[in-house]
Amino acid sequence: MSATAAAHADHGVAGIASHQGPAPKRIVTGYGFWIFLLSDFVIFSCLFATWGVLVHSTADGPTTHDLFDLNTVAIETAALLLSSYACGLAGIAAQRRRAAAFQICMLVTAALGALFLGLELNEFWDLVAKGDGPQRSAFLSAFFTLVGCHGLHVSLGLLWLFTMMAQAFAKGFRADILRRLMCFSLFWHALDIIWVGIFTAVYLYGVYL
Amino acid sequence: MNWLGKLTWSAIPFDQPIPLVAGAVVVVVILGGVVYIVAKGWFPYLWREWITSVDHKRIGVMYVFLACVMLLRGFIDALMMRSQQALAYRSEGYLPPEHYNQIFSAHGTIMIFFGAMPFVIGLMNFVVPLQLGVRDVAFPTLNSVGFWLTASGALLVNVSLVVGEFSRTGWLPFPPLSETTYSPGVGVDYYCWALQISGIGTLLSGVNLVTTILKMRAPGMIYMRMPIFCWTALSSNLLIVAAFPVLTATLALLLLDRYLGFHFFTNTGGGNMMMFMNLIWAWGHPEVYILVLPAFGVFSSVVPTFSGKPLFGYRSMVMATLAICLISFMVWLHHFFTMGAGGDVNAVFGTLSAVIAVPTGVKIYNWLFTMWGGRVRFETPMIWSIGFMITFTLGGLTGVLLAVPPADFMLHNSMFLVAHFHNVIIGGTVFGAFAGLTFWFPKAFGFRLDETWGRWSAYLTIAGFYVVFMPLYAVGLQGMTRRIQHFDVPEWRLPMIIAAIGVLIALAGVVCQIITLFVSIRDRERLRDRVGDPWDGRSLEWSTASPPPFFNFAVLPQVDQEEEYWNWKQDAARRASLRPEPDYRDIEMPRNSATGVVSAFFATVMGFALIWHIWWLAGVAFVGAYITFVAFAWRDHDEDRVPADVLARADRENRAIRAEALKGYAPR
Repeated sequence: MSATAAAHADHGVAGIASHQGPAPKRIVTGYGFWIFLLSDFVIFSCLFATWGVLVHSTADGPTTHDLFDLNTVAIETAALLLSSYACGLAGIAAQRRRAAAFQICMLVTAALGALFLGLELNEFWDLVAKGDGPQRSAFLSAFFTLVGCHGLHVSLGLLWLFTMMAQAFAKGFRADILRRLMCFSLFWHALDIIWVGIFTAVYLYGVYL
Repeated sequence: MNWLGKLTWSAIPFDQPIPLVAGAVVVVVILGGVVYIVAKGWFPYLWREWITSVDHKRIGVMYVFLACVMLLRGFIDALMMRSQQALAYRSEGYLPPEHYNQIFSAHGTIMIFFGAMPFVIGLMNFVVPLQLGVRDVAFPTLNSVGFWLTASGALLVNVSLVVGEFSRTGWLPFPPLSETTYSPGVGVDYYCWALQISGIGTLLSGVNLVTTILKMRAPGMIYMRMPIFCWTALSSNLLIVAAFPVLTATLALLLLDRYLGFHFFTNTGGGNMMMFMNLIWAWGHPEVYILVLPAFGVFSSVVPTFSGKPLFGYRSMVMATLAICLISFMVWLHHFFTMGAGGDVNAVFGTLSAVIAVPTGVKIYNWLFTMWGGRVRFETPMIWSIGFMITFTLGGLTGVLLAVPPADFMLHNSMFLVAHFHNVIIGGTVFGAFAGLTFWFPKAFGFRLDETWGRWSAYLTIAGFYVVFMPLYAVGLQGMTRRIQHFDVPEWRLPMIIAAIGVLIALAGVVCQIITLFVSIRDRERLRDRVGDPWDGRSLEWSTASPPPFFNFAVLPQVDQEEEYWNWKQDAARRASLRPEPDYRDIEMPRNSATGVVSAFFATVMGFALIWHIWWLAGVAFVGAYITFVAFAWRDHDEDRVPADVLARADRENRAIRAEALKGYAPR
């Protein structure tokens, strides 16, 4: 990079030296993954919009007031947020090259994520068993799709998490693996952002309005 | 348990000769091609240099090749539609209604998703890193995955020709027609899964190019020094990132309705089909700008080059590009003014739709002023460009007309609308694509396309366009609706016959394109581009050899101004010497990877399995795709070192040729 800086100095163009050519790989990877996450948010925004349009299209079936249990949702929220905390700790452990601590933190992340997923599936199962599955009304279709899409993301996140654990175990903390861990961490935290939206727009709105 | 889901022998259309014969021909051509390649011993070369390549130039060329093949397929559909409507006055014509409906659905789907989209993405892939002065895109392997997923979607659409049927619901599957109640067959499923798979490919490509343009530029290539093609590519890919997820989500909702009995767009259970309209057009309108913005970029490269002048109004061009990028997201409702959203809503969307013509007008004037006072060379890319400027302006004017809601109430879903959007898509994107193809072909292959045949193809295609679509405007104003299989109105008969003659003129243009390609390959020594700058170009891609080495630039160029290469060339010619030789250092280049083609194979299998409800196979394919990615992630060496002396040898050769060429160059 010093060669290019010298080249800038030769040409004597003020303010241009700030652009030094392609960014380092870590920046490029993180940036690209952010762009991908934004596109994922657009998918969720469509599902939120769908929910907003269809929330009252209950087809004489149950409404939001009949279905949601905020206690379960509170535990789900706590599990998901704590799993992100554990995920952050795993990131720090990876930066300090502490393999054991990393694996333990990732396991805690996975356990909390699995707890979240189990509670969600249990909620879904209860609804379906009562006959209030997604086929019941447009409102329930929108509910299952929005919340289920988040759940699907958590499931795929778990698959990715275990893959990363195996990879860090087999290959160590190589630069490319650290970049992937950064992306995983961004993904896992992004799911929290979506969940905050779901918690507010689906559950709180559904129960109190 | 039924191991093959819904798939039985009745899926093969033995009773319908046209699709069966067409399908058989496609199968024979593909298999024949494969056998020929293997017999000639070319397969290892193809596998090594193309199929597993992660080089953005190779991937760009493959995108354009796919696009050309699919444009031909879509054009055959067009020939069938025009001939059907020419014959179908007070008669049934030769295409039965359900087959005719499949043809217009396939025509639109193929032309937009597998013709136009791969073409512009291919051009961007090939050109953008070269213009930015870098060695590759941000994520080379992902680039390969994106291409092969697009190819996978195209394959599924063509499989529907032989196995099962294609959608009959138009190029967008409007519910409730597309729900299982009215479309119980696999046609809509083919449509949805093909687009879900290729849509993911497009999204990956969008993420990749946005990251490339924003984070990977040569030293000193600040935003306001980027060629306009890079700006339009940035805008187009930002739109891809923002809009394609909407398509994915919308089709996913439709699939949930179809597969699991959800109630998003159904007549029953509280479903809301107008929500589908809003969602699909929130993708669909940005989509037309995704297609046309890169074409604007092509013209912004072509017009200055062939006028021998810098682009007029660079800054206003950037502003106009970004304005279009933004406003294109605020006009979607004009596709369904008749929904009944009320006068106020329609007025807002109608006004914004008219307003988007302003930045487009700015661009047209900029190109005109670029030509003004220049020494214009009327070579093939320039003929396409001038054809574009006239045709697109006309299409834009009919668009402003349609943006007025009361007029739209009369013209909605008429042939006038059909003529309008063909006017802007053919006149904009297709002419731009062919201008770009002729312009950058020598860069990709090292020889120019034959000028005589190229001009004939441009003239005939432009003429054919007018003869087809001007009559359609007329019948549209007379009340002819789109998508009708036969008609009884005598006034429409003559225009339909003229349009059929027009499509034959366009066919002559297509034939000329094919002849151009053959003649140019035959005469490649005569057409050889030895220097790498066949058109007296202005941006950095012309500073490389033709074709460029796989690393593009031995040393990343230092950019100090707009049109860096042009100014460098003038300067070097005046001083009669090149800049001093740079300091060559080892570089790393990404290694080839079969991840793209293997994952796309699994995606194709998964799509096919889901279409036919073969659940176990879909599961197997998902596991296969997962294993493919893990295998990729497990690689220990993802880059190869290119030693400095290899770079030095290539660069010195290029410099020697350039120095020789500059001796006869008169600086301006």
